[in-house]
Amino acid sequence: MSRHAFLESTLQGFTRALSKALLSEHAATQPGLLQQLDPRVRVLGILALVVSVILCRRIEALAALLLLAIALAVASRVSVASLAKRVWLVILGFSGLIALPALFLTPGEPLFTSPALHLSISVQGVRTAVLLVLRVETAATLTTGLVLSTAWTHILKALRSLHLPAEIVTMLAMTHRYVFLLIETANQMFESRQSRTVGVLSGSEQRKMTARTAGVLLSKSIELSHEVYLAMLSRGFRGEVYLLTDFRLQPRDYFGLTAFIFTSCFAVWIGR
Amino acid sequence: MHIPDGYLSPSTCATLYLFAASGWYGALKRIKQLLATRAIPLISVFAAFSFVVMMFNVPLPGGTTGHALGVGVAVIVLGPWGSILAISIALAIQALFFGDGGITTLGANCFNMAIVGSFTAYAVYRMIAANSQLESRRRVLAGAVAGYVSINAAALVTAIEFGIQPGLFHDASGTPLYAPYPLHVAIPAMMIGHLTLAGLAEAVITAGMVSYLQRADLSLLRGVSGLAQTPGPSSEAGAERCQGRLWWAVALLMLCTPLGILAAGTAWGEWSSADLMNPHTREQIGAASGQHAPPSSAPVGIQKLSTLWTAPFPGYAPRFIKSPAFGYLLSAMFGVGFLASASLAARVVGRKWLRGAPRS
Repeated sequence: MSRHAFLESTLQGFTRALSKALLSEHAATQPGLLQQLDPRVRVLGILALVVSVILCRRIEALAALLLLAIALAVASRVSVASLAKRVWLVILGFSGLIALPALFLTPGEPLFTSPALHLSISVQGVRTAVLLVLRVETAATLTTGLVLSTAWTHILKALRSLHLPAEIVTMLAMTHRYVFLLIETANQMFESRQSRTVGVLSGSEQRKMTARTAGVLLSKSIELSHEVYLAMLSRGFRGEVYLLTDFRLQPRDYFGLTAFIFTSCFAVWIGR
Repeated sequence: MHIPDGYLSPSTCATLYLFAASGWYGALKRIKQLLATRAIPLISVFAAFSFVVMMFNVPLPGGTTGHALGVGVAVIVLGPWGSILAISIALAIQALFFGDGGITTLGANCFNMAIVGSFTAYAVYRMIAANSQLESRRRVLAGAVAGYVSINAAALVTAIEFGIQPGLFHDASGTPLYAPYPLHVAIPAMMIGHLTLAGLAEAVITAGMVSYLQRADLSLLRGVSGLAQTPGPSSEAGAERCQGRLWWAVALLMLCTPLGILAAGTAWGEWSSADLMNPHTREQIGAASGQHAPPSSAPVGIQKLSTLWTAPFPGYAPRFIKSPAFGYLLSAMFGVGFLASASLAARVVGRKWLRGAPRS
């Protein structure tokens, strides 16, 4: 790694986060299957499916659930390419790395033995690895499908109507808003520093710079919170949080919810 | 350290959601008492800050980089309760919005990083910083050690959660159903990375920020608006705090219940009449009793009295739950939940009675 590559990699990280957010906002406005359902039904339904994925103990049932998750995502105008890039490859890299040694470490009936390397792959090992990767891939595909097809404000409203405390929902909403502001600020700070950097920074200089930038960002954050608080007070905030909830369940929502719950229960029963 | 969905069994997820929920409840209650309305924007913005700090690459000796959690700084500025909320909210946004960490494992992630991380960082920082001057070098050292220890404590708890899965949750052929490695593999695998790179990154960023704030904005090191302070030692508040601590201890103990099932055999002197008849357990009883063989049949008294009362969850294994581990956890949760409700009911009734009693 070159001496100042950390500046670039940090900048890249910020840009990636911003582009991910833009991408998901775009998909949420497309007309699709999930988008037509009430956000509360989407949140509850996907949660039920994720729980059924965790409870499933059979590879066949998990594979069917993965196919269902992909079908749901495609029907909701989420591109398979973005799913593959955002979810499958990342998860495969991470879970695959964890699952790979399980092939050799899990004791059981040998499937393949290499006497030269003193290694043997057990049937149970293969099953463990496949179960783990499939389960994680399916759950992540389902949640990504939900997040990409639903605007963040709708997810929060749905959580609120499911009785999550109003304070928590407000904090989540405000944090989400200020994450992007702070990412933008940090991005500008790093960019301006990068444009003024000539030559090579030593390791300790880099560390000092990172800590200073984080410190300045902290001071700015605290200042921002004071300003936000004053703005809230001037708009009549008295410690009570009100959210506008105007969701109305349509007949198709009831049908959707029934379908989600029925599928989840069926998957749990089949995958016992 | 962000556990994705599918690595932990549903019962582990449920238990850890319960622990996380008790932490969130306590934190919300305290924050409401201390700061009322001001807490909402402050914690939100700090959560956003923690989120962004997790994206900062810290250059480490040896030419690599790592990233910090920001829990050390959060605890120093916001105090442990504020830090729990801020880090939990950052984790929730990561899980919900960026797919970093699972939905079913959100409770586990918040428990590990927000709750265990915050309390460890707070304890270490207070212990080392003691009553030193805000500008002293000791505060910088305290920040570094607090950051390092807290991220490692969180990693250790995560490793334990991973490590108990294969022993507790496997199918008939022994295939692990969730995280596949036992404790002796999971703990070293998690700890090597955290004891070196991630721990160093957290130490560097915490120490660096404390040192920066000492020069730039000393007021932040006092703990914003006294968030870190606990209420004064008045008798009622003291008693409530003491009770709160007790419940925390109970909650921690409950976390350890799955370990109980790993121990084979029955406690000495707690044999059922079926145990006394079974040749295999008879051998064990004999071995545990200094090679004294138990009587050839179960004593009549035991046989008669043991059928007098049938517990709803005999042997911590409710009949309707197939998995013994889940049954064990459910029993623990039921027991603690029952005690908590009874205590709550007693308090409510006690207060009503006091209110109703004529004042002297």
